[in-house]
Amino acid sequence: MTAPVTAASVALDGAVTTAPPAEAEAFIPSRGFWGHVGHRLVRDPVAMAAGAVILLIIAVAILSPWITPMDPYKGSMLRRLRPIGDATYWLGSDELGRDMLSRLMVGARLSLFMGVTPVLIAFAIGSAIGILAGYVGGWTNTILMRTIDVFFAFPSVLLAIALSGALGAGIFNAIVSLTCVFVPQIARVAESVTTGIRRRDYIDAAKLSGASALTIMRVQVLGNVVGPIFVYATSLISVSMILASGLSFLGLGVRPPEPEWGLMLNTLRTAIYVNPMVAALPGLAIFIVSISFNLFSDGLRTAMEIRQ
Amino acid sequence: MSVSPLIQTDLDPRDRGGPAQPLLSVSGLIKHFPVRKGLGGQKQVVRAVDGVDFETLKGETLGIVGESGCGKSTTAKLLMGLIERDSGEMLFDGEPVGGRALPWRAYRRQVQMVFQDSYASLNPRMTVEASIAFGPKVNGVPGRQAVERARGLLARVGLEPKRFAGRYPHELSGGQRQRVNIARALALEPRLVLLDEAVSALDKSVEAQVLNLLLDLKAEFGLTYIFISHDLNVVRFISDRVMVMYLGRVSEIGPSDAVLAEPAHPYTGALLHSMPSLDPDNRTQVALLAGDPPNPIDPPPGCRFNPRCKLVAPVCSSIEPPLDPVAPAHRAACLARQPGSGHPDAPAALAAA
Repeated sequence: MTAPVTAASVALDGAVTTAPPAEAEAFIPSRGFWGHVGHRLVRDPVAMAAGAVILLIIAVAILSPWITPMDPYKGSMLRRLRPIGDATYWLGSDELGRDMLSRLMVGARLSLFMGVTPVLIAFAIGSAIGILAGYVGGWTNTILMRTIDVFFAFPSVLLAIALSGALGAGIFNAIVSLTCVFVPQIARVAESVTTGIRRRDYIDAAKLSGASALTIMRVQVLGNVVGPIFVYATSLISVSMILASGLSFLGLGVRPPEPEWGLMLNTLRTAIYVNPMVAALPGLAIFIVSISFNLFSDGLRTAMEIRQ
Repeated sequence: MSVSPLIQTDLDPRDRGGPAQPLLSVSGLIKHFPVRKGLGGQKQVVRAVDGVDFETLKGETLGIVGESGCGKSTTAKLLMGLIERDSGEMLFDGEPVGGRALPWRAYRRQVQMVFQDSYASLNPRMTVEASIAFGPKVNGVPGRQAVERARGLLARVGLEPKRFAGRYPHELSGGQRQRVNIARALALEPRLVLLDEAVSALDKSVEAQVLNLLLDLKAEFGLTYIFISHDLNVVRFISDRVMVMYLGRVSEIGPSDAVLAEPAHPYTGALLHSMPSLDPDNRTQVALLAGDPPNPIDPPPGCRFNPRCKLVAPVCSSIEPPLDPVAPAHRAACLARQPGSGHPDAPAALAAA
């Protein structure tokens, strides 16, 4: 056994008693967590490309009433199902002779709305439930999470259709049923992330300062769990768009003649043998937006994995 | 170092009982954790803290030492109310903690804690300044004043506010983080600070600096410390009195000079012997303390130390020794030191008066 001769031993003998200087260290300008994440995200070409596509589609959706080349509602019996590359209809025309490009542009509004809104609402409700269950634990957790588990017994498509069918067709009801599909999923993620941090010492320290449970959840817990939940929610946007399109396809969401990608896919399916390329366009649009949201959320997750 | 109540405590308006009244006195503190062995096995309990009594005097530093698993940290958490005690009583400046006169909330404003893991005890998403200001804010200090106080404390613990206030925990070194934790504990102007292995994870040189800082702060703010550590050198340096714990019980308590120089309990002696000496001629090759402590689920009968004790006698496995005085202000739970205990080494019983 060797005895380490260290500075502490010197101090223990009472030799070193002056107030110490802070440990010297190079100054690091602080960016904060989200600063670091943003810095890493802009260096990820895939995430940036996906983000650009999303922004472009959002811009088109917002500006569509002013920039569509033709009236998306006005059809022509004579010029139905024109092929892609037509001189007048650049992306062809649908089964009622309406311009596909214009309808896709306007359709982005409803499709994005139906994709994002249920996820946003579910993000708020699911996070609240999950954080509460995870932080309080015990019986509260058991009751909340077992109730949530009931929803997992149904496949999400089936659940959305069943709820929509029960509530009746319409955009509002479709959003309500989609929200109900996503709340349990987000709540479960929120609960598991919260459970992971509730035993940390800084939560104990916050309790010792006399803060109420609500204050601790809001100030100390939320900042640490909102990131992972947000990443998960972003990945749900594509699912929500596909489900919303599916509801419209079944006649449970958007009603004709409103353009919405899922509904367009439905009405064009009869033309699949006549003009398959045009009939596939709304599906392609859904695919591009979904994959962009997925790639972006992947990039976000990678950027947030900062070793500290 | 001797017990020296500070002058400042007289000036503290929160002081109720005067300098002679212990700041915190604990009696019969018990915490058992239920465990289940195997599937459908019978229920058992881990006797983590099994009847602990002690007092902390105003203005002193009470060191608590012991091996891992002896109940030091559980005791700390019980004192802070982070886990609920099964039984036992705690008096803070004469008032029962959790009673009507002193609810937990009011008690906690006066008692704060510094944790061992400097990183885990700071919120990674909050700046250092925000972490320190959080406590005052939730206790009604307006935001600006709370931030001012945080900056003042940062300066006081040796971290220049201009450079450090806006930083995040991962941007600081271990020593700097522990300084932040100390500042956070002081932000509520506590009277008692519990330091649970607060310097154990630091480099030796940084440890010395933080220990000196703790001593300075104690004098400046008139604090009382309960200092938990497994490092006897550190405890000897900082403590006025020392309490030695073994398997959830107090085996010895007394002035640190007395306990660490002339230990009355064989366990304390063995602990001291296991410490590497700085003198090359004075090194030991003999392990006085072999093996691990017994399982706290099923402690040995009688004195809990008897299976490892060099003074063991038959009586040790039948009588649980009480914590009795062996010298003024010095108590030990060993039958060999207690007159009339039936132990062959026990001093002769005092003549009946």
